[in-house]
Amino acid sequence: MAKITFITADNESITVEGTSGSVMELAVNNNIKGIDGDCGGVCSCATCHVHVESEFVAKTGQAEELENDMLEFDDLTNEYSRLSCQLQVSEDLDGVVFKVAK
Amino acid sequence: MLDTANQVCVVIGASHAGVNFAFNLRKEGWQGEVILFDSDPNIPYHRPPLSKSYIIDGDLNSNLLKPLESYKKDNITLKLGVKVSSINRNIRTISIENKGTQKYDKLVIATGARPFIPPISGIDSAANLFPMRTANDAIEIKKAIDSSEKKRVIIIGGGYIGLETAASLKKTGASVTVLEREERILARVTAPVMSDYFMELHQQNDVQILTNNNVSFIKTENGLNTVFCDDETSFEADIVIVGVGIRVNTELADTVGLEIEQGIKVNEFSQTNDENIYAIGDCTFHYNPHYKRYLRLESVQNAVDQSKVAAASICDKDLIYDTIPWFWSDQYDVKLQMVGLSNGYNDVIVRKEETENTSFSVWYFKDDALLAVDAINNGKAFVLGTRFIKGKQKINKTKLVDVSIPMKPTTFL
Repeated sequence: MAKITFITADNESITVEGTSGSVMELAVNNNIKGIDGDCGGVCSCATCHVHVESEFVAKTGQAEELENDMLEFDDLTNEYSRLSCQLQVSEDLDGVVFKVAK
Repeated sequence: MLDTANQVCVVIGASHAGVNFAFNLRKEGWQGEVILFDSDPNIPYHRPPLSKSYIIDGDLNSNLLKPLESYKKDNITLKLGVKVSSINRNIRTISIENKGTQKYDKLVIATGARPFIPPISGIDSAANLFPMRTANDAIEIKKAIDSSEKKRVIIIGGGYIGLETAASLKKTGASVTVLEREERILARVTAPVMSDYFMELHQQNDVQILTNNNVSFIKTENGLNTVFCDDETSFEADIVIVGVGIRVNTELADTVGLEIEQGIKVNEFSQTNDENIYAIGDCTFHYNPHYKRYLRLESVQNAVDQSKVAAASICDKDLIYDTIPWFWSDQYDVKLQMVGLSNGYNDVIVRKEETENTSFSVWYFKDDALLAVDAINNGKAFVLGTRFIKGKQKINKTKLVDVSIPMKPTTFL
């Protein structure tokens, strides 16, 4: 079980619990605004862009090449950008805070 | 704020378009009832993975568009496994087979399409013959593969559905042959360079693809099919999968006088010629402002975008459909991402990156105008292509083809 917090573009903070699946799925299942996951989680659409709050970057690890490629030219990308479909929910992510990029 | 508390919005088709629409409608502030109907009994699911990962892992629950609780939370009623038989525009009701009628104030048609089964002699009596469109199709294919000893699969049609299914079934240990009628696979949607690439990819993975092979008839004896082609070659098949395209489900709309032209014709708000009836997704024939023509698309992008536009319009918000189509396909470990529509191209630039793993992109132009990009394992080309097409960016083709120039937003100007 991991408690994960999303902060939407309207500065609404929503904490939800998850045990498996991707962070994108967790967000979609909880109707988090700004996370659409149109492609279902295969790193093809970039509609699940989040910024990892800086203190949690060690927990989320590094993006792989395709994910970086999808993010590189997005105007909303910064050094904390990730596509949440590429992050798996596990206890390691307990307490992590994501800001929805859109 | 529009008063919708006593109104009913009915959606026919709990598809990617229909389900997204229902949730978008709530986001836009619709207060009244939202009822989704579908003849498919399964909780609404993502369709693209069916031919990709689903056929291997077979877990429909990890494939849902939304969990059941989300529908409850947003007060969206799902009526699954029921068939809508007609629409009555005059009194604004729909009839449900064996279950009476349902009133609507706004109706959204998201009926999508069904697989086209070509009139091949013997096709109706073939054993273990399936299309690939619904979860049930994928489940049945998986069952047939699991219970087949020799697992010889013939796939009729070398389009994306056929090729993705071929790649997935190969991973399950099947022996797979694809029969394509045209002289190359993906002939309708890509340049020859892409057809060649996928042809080779499948051959490397031990999937046989035979082009110029038109199936003429199928003979079935004791559960074993023999598929015969025009040139009199024949193939034994334990399982046959048909992926030769679709027919649009326009019948409900057609019989009540909604305008039909290749699909249900809609305006920029995804509204039909009846102001209380909208249509979204694969079943629509809609105008694309960028390409300045009406078109029909089979894609998640179109389903998602039209679901937003229709929900906004019903809630009196100003949003028009104006997007660049995009698509993707996964075969083996290769990711193909496509943006734009290449129809009418007269020039193709292929840019091959100097990377260890295959990574290239195909840029379709009509004279100087960039129409579309196909990107193989190259998210950058997909993202930049999208940006260039949207911005009607003029591209320096000499620079584009030169891989010593890195791919950046400004390097090809």
